[in-house]
Amino acid sequence: MSMFDSMRLYGRYLAISIRSQMQYRASFLMMAFGNFLITAIEFVGIWALFARFGSLRAWTLPEVALFYGIINIAFGLSEGLARGFDLCAGMVKRGEFDRVLLRPRSTFLQVLGADCQLMRAGRVVQGLVVLAWGSAALDVVWSPARILLLVGAMAGGACLFCGLRVLEATLAFWTVESIELMNILTYGGVETAQYPLTIYRPWFRRLFTFVVPLACINYFPAHAILGRADVLGSPAVVHWISPVVGVLFLLVTIEVWRFGVRHYTSTGS
Amino acid sequence: MSAYWAIFSARFRTLLQYRVAALAGLGTQIFFGLVRVMIFCAFYQSSTTAQPMTYEQVVTYIWLGQSMLLIVMYGVDADVRAMIASGTVAYEMLRPMDLYALWYTRAVALRTAPVIMRAAPMLVLASLFMGLQPPASFASGCLWVVATLGSVLLASALATVMTISLLWTIAGDGIVRLLYSAVFIFSGSIIPLPFFPAWMQPVLNLLPFRGMADVPFRLYTGNIPPGEAAPALVHQFLWTVALVCLGRWLLARGARRLVVQGG
Repeated sequence: MSMFDSMRLYGRYLAISIRSQMQYRASFLMMAFGNFLITAIEFVGIWALFARFGSLRAWTLPEVALFYGIINIAFGLSEGLARGFDLCAGMVKRGEFDRVLLRPRSTFLQVLGADCQLMRAGRVVQGLVVLAWGSAALDVVWSPARILLLVGAMAGGACLFCGLRVLEATLAFWTVESIELMNILTYGGVETAQYPLTIYRPWFRRLFTFVVPLACINYFPAHAILGRADVLGSPAVVHWISPVVGVLFLLVTIEVWRFGVRHYTSTGS
Repeated sequence: MSAYWAIFSARFRTLLQYRVAALAGLGTQIFFGLVRVMIFCAFYQSSTTAQPMTYEQVVTYIWLGQSMLLIVMYGVDADVRAMIASGTVAYEMLRPMDLYALWYTRAVALRTAPVIMRAAPMLVLASLFMGLQPPASFASGCLWVVATLGSVLLASALATVMTISLLWTIAGDGIVRLLYSAVFIFSGSIIPLPFFPAWMQPVLNLLPFRGMADVPFRLYTGNIPPGEAAPALVHQFLWTVALVCLGRWLLARGARRLVVQGG
């Protein structure tokens, strides 16, 4: 199966999903707006705290806005695009995954294309608004290299969060039930990475640098964008190339997925 | 009355079955609590200006919030939503019971069984390892218990209004979501309400949402001293009555014009 052919199939899956959601346009708009607001309240909380305390370990609100924007855009993209993996546990439970195995296409592609939630655009737009406000307040010089890095960080982040969803779905091959604990790494990861990692305790920082490399998709790139030196002493070159880690993470999880599929036993129902 | 008690206890016992979900939820809530505590710790270390709460009070507030999260977090009753969507709500209306009281009882059960299952271990762990302080005084502790019961009744009244609103919107996730963003931020579930700017405080004090989380937590920590508890509890009670009346009125109107879906 050629790469091009797979991409075309994925495009079709997306088109079908989008068209079906557009049948209920008013409902979609309400959902997207609701998603926008409910994710925006987090930032209202951050704003209120900065209004009270002034600064956070030498970080200002616009700088935190940059961290916040990148992680929320990345997470919103993964929520919208990789939703199929959230549904995977249900497919396994009902025995529907057998059908996926019967089709002559990659299982990864089929599950990925199973659903695309347009309403998640609410979080992405919200992240973009915060990011735009932050960078305007900071007078960031948007050189082509920095724009590329920003886009790379968001894309890398989306890949990382997709990878976490793939892992969660893969676990379901063994547990059948979906594991709510993975929410710690997805939703908890977003909550954590909205702030610079320097404010957390060392063990916690290490968890989100080396185990779940969220630092690579907003903490390090944000330093390059802001032109700041890292108090933790990471070299500048890391700041520029770190988003690649998100893509690598996804590639590794795809291998884990393949391993999981080979060990899949149908529930038979 | 005994019929409603039976419904409450049946629902309560059903909900008690979801122990693994409660355990997973416990892990998630501890994690989120830890993150929030670390964030506040960093903020307190960054500033010397006087704050409306002490750091110890904030930590206690956060852990109470994580323990009682489900009181605030549950929205509409998923079973009733399904009934409205499928049309089986018609059977519900045929029952020789007061429909509002039935749905309200279900809402109360939904906010007690899961909360008790998560809150008990959470409070023990948080007070042993994570900085949850005991109540400021015996009186504060008693007032906290009263206000927590009040918060369950208030949150149930609000949720029942939202459930009833589904009679109009059917899918209605949009409106419920919009309202829920207000509930979260104005109940104190994102950050303690005293941290909002001074100009917002009169509005926050007027809205019903603080009675769902902020009031009991601040009574516990003594941030609202026992002497000033009465207005806060009256506020909570009046809003509960108002929302129950609103719910009853909406249900009476909704039932008259209900179009049953499906067939």
